Amino acid sequence: MARFKKEKSGELPAISTASMPDIIFMLLFFFMVTTTMREVTLKVKVKPPVATEVQKLEKKSLVSFIYIGTPVQSKIYGTESRIQLNDSFRTVNDIAEFIYNERETRPEADRGLLTTSLKVDKDVKMGIVTDVKQELRKVGAFKINYSTRKKAPKTN
Amino acid sequence: MARKVPEINAGSMADISFLLLIFFLVTTTMDVDSGIVRRLPPPPDPTAPTPDVKERNVFNVLVNKSDRLFVEGRWGDIRTLRDEAKEFLSNPQNREDLPEKRMENIPGLGEFPVSRGIISLKNDRGTSYDMYIQVQNELTAAVNELRDELSRQKFGVKFSDLRSQMDIDAIQAAVPMSISEAEPENIGGGK
Repeated sequence: MARFKKEKSGELPAISTASMPDIIFMLLFFFMVTTTMREVTLKVKVKPPVATEVQKLEKKSLVSFIYIGTPVQSKIYGTESRIQLNDSFRTVNDIAEFIYNERETRPEADRGLLTTSLKVDKDVKMGIVTDVKQELRKVGAFKINYSTRKKAPKTN
Repeated sequence: MARKVPEINAGSMADISFLLLIFFLVTTTMDVDSGIVRRLPPPPDPTAPTPDVKERNVFNVLVNKSDRLFVEGRWGDIRTLRDEAKEFLSNPQNREDLPEKRMENIPGLGEFPVSRGIISLKNDRGTSYDMYIQVQNELTAAVNELRDELSRQKFGVKFSDLRSQMDIDAIQAAVPMSISEAEPENIGGGK
């Protein structure tokens, strides 16, 4: 009798997932832009100290890192603080060579702007840090940065 | 007549981009590298004469191997170090035992009395890195606060909010970051 019979099925219409790739791509691009590639595997524990007067490191490509801390695998390498350059443990004597190599890989015009970032664990004694700094002075890498985490400044 | 091209199934697109997304999530680090910026002095020249610095112009800070502070010949405290350093560098009452000032012509500020004070920081080999950074941080904070105060007074904004390079240079020249580190010495015998 009813000529216009409404299609009244109880099912909900399926939600279109066609825009799903777009959403994921958007997330992907966000992460690609905001992050940097992890270059080295850390073999030393580095928990940097906190400070309030920090400055951001600019020009990531012109920064070379020196890691100092106690080895992660302390059963094999002991608990003495060690220096890590690139992917292996090194001694203070290797710093000069490391800096020269770092300079070689940068374009000639930027070599004067090379910054050395010291990523040092907060429990490390200053002796080893002082040795590294003396070594850096000898090879003329004067721009350094003590890596720290930012703490909200005290309100007083 | 246009032939009908079969539609490519794009259903797996989401999976592919998910895979990429997870790859980037795993291989990347989010943290912004930040830290305290310093400039090391060139290696000492043995032939050069030691610079003659008056006692009143030097603010001595020593940190020993058990992380105790010794400031200007007295036991110091990390909590008061910032204010002590500020008073030393600014010398508001022009006291005789605090650093002298020299009038300098700074573009943008004109004649300005620039303090000749130097903060000399000396640490032991046994000092912990954490303590060293705390001291460096307090001393930097002292200079930064003085710069802020001057910047507010002259330009009405905080030093970090200054936009013109000339203003920044002027403030930096008026309040120099004069923190010097002594040649290392093994005082406490620790390693």
